[in-house]
Amino acid sequence: MAIPKPRNNSGADATAQRRIQRIEMCDIVKRFPGVLANDRVCFDVKAGEVHALLGENGAGKSTLMRQLFGLYKPDEGEILIDGQRVEFNSPADAIRAGIGMIHQHFMLVPTLTVTQNVALGLKSSREPLTDLDVVAKRVRQLSEEYGLKVDPDAYIWQLSVGEQQRVEILKALYRNASMIILDEPTAVLTPQEVKDLFATLRRMVQEGHGLVFISHKLYEVLAISDRVTVLRDGRVIGTRETKDVTRDELARMMVGREVKRLRAQPQQAGEPLLQIRALRAMGDRGTEALRGIDLEVRSGEIVGIAGVSGNGQRELAECLGGLRKATAGTILVAGKDLTHASVQQRLQAGLAYIPEERMRDGAIKEFSVLENMFLLDHASPKYTHGIFLDFRRMREHAAALVKEYTVKTPSLETPIKNLSGGNIQKTIMARELSREPRVLVAAQPSRGIDIGATEYIHQRLLEQRASGQAILLISEDLDEVQALSDRIAVMYEGRIVGIVGRGQATAEQLGLMMAGVPMEEAMGAAPTAPTAEQPIEVSSVV
Amino acid sequence: MDLALLISIVAVAIQAGVSLVYATVGEIFTERSGVLNLGVEGMMIMGAVTAFAAAYHSGSAWLGVLTAVAVGAALALIHAFLTITLRADQVVSGLALTIFGSGLASFLGQRLGPGGKPLVGLVGPRFMPVELPVLSEIPVVGKALFAQNVLVYIMYVLVPVAAYWIYKTRPGLHLRAVGENPATADALGIGVFRTRYAYTVFGGMLVGLGGAALSLAYTPGWTENITGGRGWIAIALVIFALWDPWRALLGALLFGGVNAIQFRLQAAGTTIPAPFLNMLPYLFTILVLTIVTVYESVSKRVGAPAALGLPYVRGERTG
Repeated sequence: MAIPKPRNNSGADATAQRRIQRIEMCDIVKRFPGVLANDRVCFDVKAGEVHALLGENGAGKSTLMRQLFGLYKPDEGEILIDGQRVEFNSPADAIRAGIGMIHQHFMLVPTLTVTQNVALGLKSSREPLTDLDVVAKRVRQLSEEYGLKVDPDAYIWQLSVGEQQRVEILKALYRNASMIILDEPTAVLTPQEVKDLFATLRRMVQEGHGLVFISHKLYEVLAISDRVTVLRDGRVIGTRETKDVTRDELARMMVGREVKRLRAQPQQAGEPLLQIRALRAMGDRGTEALRGIDLEVRSGEIVGIAGVSGNGQRELAECLGGLRKATAGTILVAGKDLTHASVQQRLQAGLAYIPEERMRDGAIKEFSVLENMFLLDHASPKYTHGIFLDFRRMREHAAALVKEYTVKTPSLETPIKNLSGGNIQKTIMARELSREPRVLVAAQPSRGIDIGATEYIHQRLLEQRASGQAILLISEDLDEVQALSDRIAVMYEGRIVGIVGRGQATAEQLGLMMAGVPMEEAMGAAPTAPTAEQPIEVSSVV
Repeated sequence: MDLALLISIVAVAIQAGVSLVYATVGEIFTERSGVLNLGVEGMMIMGAVTAFAAAYHSGSAWLGVLTAVAVGAALALIHAFLTITLRADQVVSGLALTIFGSGLASFLGQRLGPGGKPLVGLVGPRFMPVELPVLSEIPVVGKALFAQNVLVYIMYVLVPVAAYWIYKTRPGLHLRAVGENPATADALGIGVFRTRYAYTVFGGMLVGLGGAALSLAYTPGWTENITGGRGWIAIALVIFALWDPWRALLGALLFGGVNAIQFRLQAAGTTIPAPFLNMLPYLFTILVLTIVTVYESVSKRVGAPAALGLPYVRGERTG
């Protein structure tokens, strides 16, 4: 039952609102069909602290915070604000109580301006007309106060991801949120943007805000938080003062066992198997997304593509996979020109493609695991009698793959959409790798996948490398790229701005290149001393 | 071409276009909220038949207008309930509404006359052109623009108000937010369901009014298939208009203009067979749609509301 309360008139009038000192969530239970997402979870956050919520995908972090923000209702348990029991029926209730949430997928309307987005849902001082000039003024004021640089009159679609995030934070501040939940806020940022964000967060904490920082990245949690609570399988494993824990301890709490740190061992590369020359292609918006890519991947080599999302990586992967037309340049696989080849011809030439959008381009949601495993091979004489499929053979083969790739599925007939992201990815990998390709293009292979499955996928990629495959690894996760690649190519605005060998550049230097600083300049920049924020040693775990 | 002819073509273009303007602007409001209602044709023809029947029996054209608006609202409410609350497929629901509306209108046309007789051929009250003092004295355009019936004058007011509402007011901002990103709107306390219901029903009212404009002013009386596919044209015009009321006005008047020229040509006794001339407005629509779509694919930003056609479920992850 929503309790109607007078809504805050506008940001300016509501500054007098009292700051929340403490939020407690006690014994929260949340069930979804077939899943216990939160199992008697207790969590609290105080004003003036950053409390990190650490856990793998599916551990229940976002679910817990979505309940605090009124998006879900807890099945059991209670939420207390400064000792007072509260019940939120919608995000609007939570906002009114002084809680803000920065979602992983930004809650912004791309076709509206920054100011319009901030003003959405608020009463205007000139009803029914808008008072956007008043809002813009206050937005400017707040962005100065908290170091959140953004143009109030810009349209959201014109902004970079980092800027959009700043708008989200401004939105929360404008609504006088004193407790702000940040759901994986660094996932989409460059290392430099992460630094700026952390500076803003520290400023907010000084101002007396309480922050919940959801993450699965250990080093970030160690760098920014005061306390950390680890969730696993919907349960709290423990809450610690950040200064008292080590990274290994956190990793263990998160996964429930020791985690191997995988790193590629140096290996002699062979002849070039994938050659890309002066490749150009258009993006979805009709602007040129690839502006002359030159790259070579040799047998037994992993070349990592690093870059901030939206600099042409997706288009590059799609060009290679045959899903996007190249406007100029050539793509050679083992010397064969595949620039304008059909997908079928690419497969026959020994190219395998693990797409970024695994549910859209990599699998058919409603199809079973078995059917998804045979999306490519259904016409092979091995599994057909004329127009009929040999299901017995297919089932045998699929069962073997499920076992080999440790795909957790109730049965071969289970629709693939019911599996977790990690198991879907393993199924796709099984399909692609069992064809024994010579060149593998893996786009964001571990995005949104839990540590266990990521570890397996990385191990598999290294095995493929050892067997002489040429692998192009496209990833926005810099740590992943650094841990696995023999060479790292940095993409910026559709070009490769530099290629560095293993261990030749720090995360900091790569970050500069990702932000468009030319290689010579970036490599010349004095590398900052390694700190907890920017470890030189990275692994597949972080 | 002499001036008198041009003026008369403009005048006829406006008369022919007015029902389309109502229907198109109505559908723009509905689609801006994220609801695609393909039932325009059905709502429009139901508006036409009920408007004429009510006006005929009561002797008041205004009562006819009110009836059509209420009927449009009621039919749109069915669509809203099915697609917003029950989350049925919007295309299927809209098509069903068109088939239902067309069938029912045809049936009612057979029965709503005096003593359960057909309505066809009856003469009822209608909106006659009214020359506005002063304005109609304006040289050249005065007679074309300001010697029209009252529904045309309402249209003159509706279009600027609609545009102002969508772009300049707070509810308009909310409307656009709901159509573009309902999850965001919801998170900020804008009632997504409430907004979608309101604009779907309001859109239905305007579409019903568009039907009334046919049977009470443009082609007074009831004939089978009085709308002649205008509901579909309106849906096409929404795309042509890029969800903008001003462009909708332009599109509807162009369509009306082609229609007017076509009648002129027939009246002038051209040798082109009449069915071909009748095709002209529709060919024009296809042509315009093709051009707009090509243009649109180049500049992707000014497109349909991002959430158009998608039901909203709170808490469901999108994107």
